[in-house]
Amino acid sequence: MTEAISLSGAAASRGGSPVWSGVDLAIARGEFVAVLGPNGAGKSTFLDLVLGLLAPSAGAVSVLGQAPRAARPRIGYLPQRRSFDTSTRVRGVDVVRLGLDGARWGLPLPAALSPSARAAAAKVDEVIELVGASAYAERAIGTLSGGEQQRLLIAQALVRDPELLLLDEPLDSLDLPNQSAVAALVQRICRERGVTVVLVAHDVNPILGYLDRVVYFAGGRGVEGPPREVIRADVLSRLYGATIEVVETPSGRLIVVGTPDAGHCTEDHEQVMV
Amino acid sequence: MSPRLSWDLVADWEQLTTYPFMVQALEAGAIVAVMAGAIGWFMVLRRQTFAGHTLAVISFPGAAAATLAAIPVAFGYFGACGLGALALAAFGGEERGGRSGESAAIGTLQAFALGLGFLFVGLYGGQLAGLEALLFGTFLGITESQVVTLLCIAVAVLTALAVLGRPLLFASIDGSVARAGGVPIRLLGVVFLLLLGLAVAATAQITGALLVFALLVTPAATAQLITARPGRGLVLSVALAFAVSWLGLGIAYFSPYPVGFWVTSLSFGLYVLARLATSGAGWGARTA
Repeated sequence: MTEAISLSGAAASRGGSPVWSGVDLAIARGEFVAVLGPNGAGKSTFLDLVLGLLAPSAGAVSVLGQAPRAARPRIGYLPQRRSFDTSTRVRGVDVVRLGLDGARWGLPLPAALSPSARAAAAKVDEVIELVGASAYAERAIGTLSGGEQQRLLIAQALVRDPELLLLDEPLDSLDLPNQSAVAALVQRICRERGVTVVLVAHDVNPILGYLDRVVYFAGGRGVEGPPREVIRADVLSRLYGATIEVVETPSGRLIVVGTPDAGHCTEDHEQVMV
Repeated sequence: MSPRLSWDLVADWEQLTTYPFMVQALEAGAIVAVMAGAIGWFMVLRRQTFAGHTLAVISFPGAAAATLAAIPVAFGYFGACGLGALALAAFGGEERGGRSGESAAIGTLQAFALGLGFLFVGLYGGQLAGLEALLFGTFLGITESQVVTLLCIAVAVLTALAVLGRPLLFASIDGSVARAGGVPIRLLGVVFLLLLGLAVAATAQITGALLVFALLVTPAATAQLITARPGRGLVLSVALAFAVSWLGLGIAYFSPYPVGFWVTSLSFGLYVLARLATSGAGWGARTA
């Protein structure tokens, strides 16, 4: 079987300025992969490349054995966000449904008249059940909490039975219990459904126990490998071109110390997280 | 003989439809209400009420210029709103500027449009009656051919909305995912503004530039307070717009006060009621 994502000698640039270059990586089907790195290092750029929204400035990108754009219908995508504010008067179930057929022109037929509309409604219910959002899917999405919205958005990304799931910082802006609950949910989807998951994260710790592989972008380059072979002082020091220390706490959490900020990040927790 | 309201609704209806001008007003009111209710629902969902308001204001210098140039006023309305929609699309295109940058640019356009309108009215000799009609509407001066034109525009706008509706809804509430799913969100945004311009130009001819909102925003905002289901919300928005325009025309016929006042008051009253009902009933009703 072909790889889920493969990059060979790939380089990316935005608005003419290079983001990273010389990246080789191979992500196998069914793996749970985290994309890490400081702000501005090109994590979201990597996702844009995989989605075919951005062409590589050098090298080759292949997604599910196809060109990125051609593979797009087989990809579920959850962008960085993006929360719905309280005045958004559309139900959660409608947002999930849009993920299924929202791009289609013309009016949808009511479920009472068409078997395919009933099948669509059943599919929507199935993924909402899968993410455990049945209790609140009928409510206006703006009135839900961040964790509830995030589950519905994951359901939306899953509703077309994608082979590859791209999640851009899905744990950001969630509180700690929700972070670990959503991380466990994503891993369960990955294992039970055989979906390849690529998750962009700020902090590796909530997902560290679930990961097969990490891709780490920094200093205009990217490396990949099993988490504990990449998140190491020598590997990261080489990547950043500066002395980096990795400390492991007794409970197994990894803390990266001494990362120079890439660009303009002002969050002070940047220093201690991966 | 002045019309007199009675408890006999059939007799009232007969009085209401005695004169052709009143029949045409009811027809035009119904057409405009259905169109404004539908496109207004999308406008409120997309948070483009300021853009819609600006298009309405832009229709005023358009109509004033047409009057000045002695060409049919309709050309002024449609020309100005069409150009206005394109200008708004160009401003909105600078996505990086964010919402606040966009609304500031739209506000600038609106102020300029108002200034132009007053210039044209001034050049025309400042006829106050004409100015009032441009701003507050001519519900009771609608001709048969105007009704036919309105009907054609409404059919065109509603057909376009039916075809674009689902991707437009997707793009409106979830732009980044819609874009990744292959929805041309920029193009949809421009097409929506043009449709909105068309609908505003048609509505403004009936309600005047300043009262467009009674039909475009208020019913849609009320409907979105009441239900979060897209299908029901659209139908409700259309039904409310239709109800306030016919009730407004009916009440105005039997009262000394203008139609515009009744239409705006009725729709505002419904909005306030919906707000009170939804906040009073707590979360249960808000989520219906």
